[in-house]
Amino acid sequence: MTSTLRGKSAIAGVGTFGLGRAPGMSAMDLLAGATAKAIADAGIKLSDIDGICGGTLYHMFPTLSIGEYLGIRPKWACSDMTGGSSFLSHLLQATMAIEAGLCTTVLIAYGSNLKQAGNFGIFDLPVFEKVYGLASPLPGYAMCAARHMYEFGTTREQMAEVAVAARQWAQLHPDATMQAPLSVADVLASPMVADPLSRLDCCLMSDGGAAVIVTSPERARALQRPPVYFLGGAGASWSREVSQIPDFTTTPTAECAPRAFEMAGITVADADVVQLYDAFTINVIMFLEDMGFCKKGEGGAFVSGGRIAPGGALPVNTNGGGLSFAHPGMYGLFTLIEAAEQLRGNAGARQIAGAEIAIAHGNGCTFSHEFTAVLGSASTV
Amino acid sequence: MEAMMDNTSTPLGPEGQFWAHLRDGRLMIQHSRSTGQFVFYPRLIAPGSGADDLEFVEVSGAGTVYSTTTIRRPAKHGGDHNVCVVDLDEGVRMLSRMVGCAPDEVHIGMRVQAAIEPVDFGTHANSEQPIVLFRPALCVSETSS
Repeated sequence: MTSTLRGKSAIAGVGTFGLGRAPGMSAMDLLAGATAKAIADAGIKLSDIDGICGGTLYHMFPTLSIGEYLGIRPKWACSDMTGGSSFLSHLLQATMAIEAGLCTTVLIAYGSNLKQAGNFGIFDLPVFEKVYGLASPLPGYAMCAARHMYEFGTTREQMAEVAVAARQWAQLHPDATMQAPLSVADVLASPMVADPLSRLDCCLMSDGGAAVIVTSPERARALQRPPVYFLGGAGASWSREVSQIPDFTTTPTAECAPRAFEMAGITVADADVVQLYDAFTINVIMFLEDMGFCKKGEGGAFVSGGRIAPGGALPVNTNGGGLSFAHPGMYGLFTLIEAAEQLRGNAGARQIAGAEIAIAHGNGCTFSHEFTAVLGSASTV
Repeated sequence: MEAMMDNTSTPLGPEGQFWAHLRDGRLMIQHSRSTGQFVFYPRLIAPGSGADDLEFVEVSGAGTVYSTTTIRRPAKHGGDHNVCVVDLDEGVRMLSRMVGCAPDEVHIGMRVQAAIEPVDFGTHANSEQPIVLFRPALCVSETSS
């Protein structure tokens, strides 16, 4: 089946701002800073934007707040909120809106001063998690990791390989927060925070903003950057709270990734580079399994031996990921940005030579919502 | 769902009824007579089937640990504690905490027994409302014999 949405939008500009620590900046300041970078990258004016997607941890009505702050009156807006995966869902929404003629140029934006604010804002804890004083989302992921170890014999060393690979990629990215060398032994020796996850199995807590400009393929080709084409995208959600996750070792990725690949007309073998939302090391292992890069239960062995690190057979999280690049509360948009940088050939020392197809994958809440996007360079459309 | 009032004649919804039963010392879980499905957390209609004949029935409280973690905290912040997910024998899954053994003695597959107890954490900290915790099944039988 050929999807009517394949190739019907393109990323024309990307920007990040205030990554790591941004004293004095509000979430909306950081979002606006990234927007300024993205429109400069695309070579458009703020007034060219007529569609807005976005969300933050601090705004109940995000597209209203974004539009007002930036002085944009959007013809179309969408704030689908599924957690960190939201911004990949926004790419699909934007593609539909552009294809339907509702708008021409969509800003997808995010900002967070999580590190300064020290709280998750309006992130609401489900009733039966609040009752138990759950420090969400860490315990849920820890229990998924524990279950994966129990069912498949996955080891802490294998999870540590994910953190080590992320750090090696981060060392190739000038904007990455964490640059110091890291070994498997370092990860194993770091303090346990929620068994079996140690501190270095967990993503960073950062400030930062991110923005992407999406437009029609025709407009993107007329702009200054090589267009990064939307080839496919699909989401799936199975639960909201931890106790309602049907199977702690299989994520909704197993449902949405095949749909995204079908829309894009690819298989995993076609992916040149993969960007996965690595809130915790176990996430990468489970997403690779659920996407079909390896069988269920074999993800630990798959990531071992540097396979996903620089020089390995499958480049994963080439910016350093949420584990070592930056993680301002919701990371999803950064997977799109790094995928775009790779497909534009703009990734500097970490560039994957000849990258034509990238997978970007977002995760929301506790393996609750997953969204897989497939992006391609000019050769793929 | 049967109507139920609290002691000030305020109508209780599904969740309110669950808490009221716990105050009476009973672990009651919703069950649909038409589909045989047990449902937790409490809802007005059953997920998936949409069955609207949910009624609270008392359950054994016996279950098995599906997964578990030890949350590491400095002693000045209360020390380590357990968080677990338990499959009740009736087929519903609950988030909870294990007490009555060291947090890291809890393991997947462990047989456990629900205990309705007051707590000093979470929504109902230091209140009249007890919540559902779990204890090792062996400990319960030892203390009751």
